[in-house]
Amino acid sequence: MTPEFDTLRPGDVVAEREFPLTRESLVRYAGASGDFNPIHYRDDVAARMGLPGVLAQGMLTMGLAVQPVVDWAGDPARIVDYGVRFTRPVVVDPEAGALVAVTATVGALDPESRVARIDLAVTCAGSRVLGKAQAFVRLP
Amino acid sequence: MNPELAGRVLPPRGPYLVGREKVREFSRAVFATDPLSLEPGAARAAGYADVVAAPTFAIVIQQSCLDALLAEPDTGIDLARVLHGEQRFHYARPVVAGDLLTARLTVTTVRALAGNTMLTAETRIDDERGAEVATATSVLVVQAGDDAGEAAR
Repeated sequence: MTPEFDTLRPGDVVAEREFPLTRESLVRYAGASGDFNPIHYRDDVAARMGLPGVLAQGMLTMGLAVQPVVDWAGDPARIVDYGVRFTRPVVVDPEAGALVAVTATVGALDPESRVARIDLAVTCAGSRVLGKAQAFVRLP
Repeated sequence: MNPELAGRVLPPRGPYLVGREKVREFSRAVFATDPLSLEPGAARAAGYADVVAAPTFAIVIQQSCLDALLAEPDTGIDLARVLHGEQRFHYARPVVAGDLLTARLTVTTVRALAGNTMLTAETRIDDERGAEVATATSVLVVQAGDDAGEAAR
């Protein structure tokens, strides 16, 4: 069911979802995207680079964070613009993995274009990992 | 970093044929659950020629353009100091399996910020008829280090 633009109000929470990441998630994304930087799957390389551990690809975090909005909108084609800043890394423990939580809230509404700006709060272990994460969604 | 990179336009890359299984594989990797991105039948029933790519799929094309930029002989960029700072996608229409895409990267700005250098690269992605599909904009942060002066030379 596609949401109606006219029913939305700034501050409405439109979607929430948690994403449990494991090392397998990172390898799967590496293969799908072609980003084979070893800091995303090799502890020894991450340690040599001075990182706190193996990190999720920023583009994996960006890619999954918009999925609750896609499901809410009912069609990926309704996302007409999407941007983020990568502010903190997501460290993925070899055994415990990592849990990324996404809350999508209506940030602004443009009645002329019927485009809603959806603001994404994306956190891991209590810290925001993406900054200024905004998806612009065209609605009927 | 070579400040003359600002304004550089790379030769167009492609054509990139968007494969159905690549779209499905990428969709699963970003935890997509929308049937339009996973099931050709659902996509066709909604009026698309084939499965619809996830909103960040164009990074596959943008990444190959960025790799080509960083492989230019005169960038003066130490790859070990490059971080992905920001990413944005603007869509004129969604990417759909079967699309034949070309991509042209332009370095729009190079500026110094708090000792680091920020490079903004904007890639226009067109379909085989030359119509705009998407624009992918990446900000790369080249971190200053102890030997940043060396790296810049």
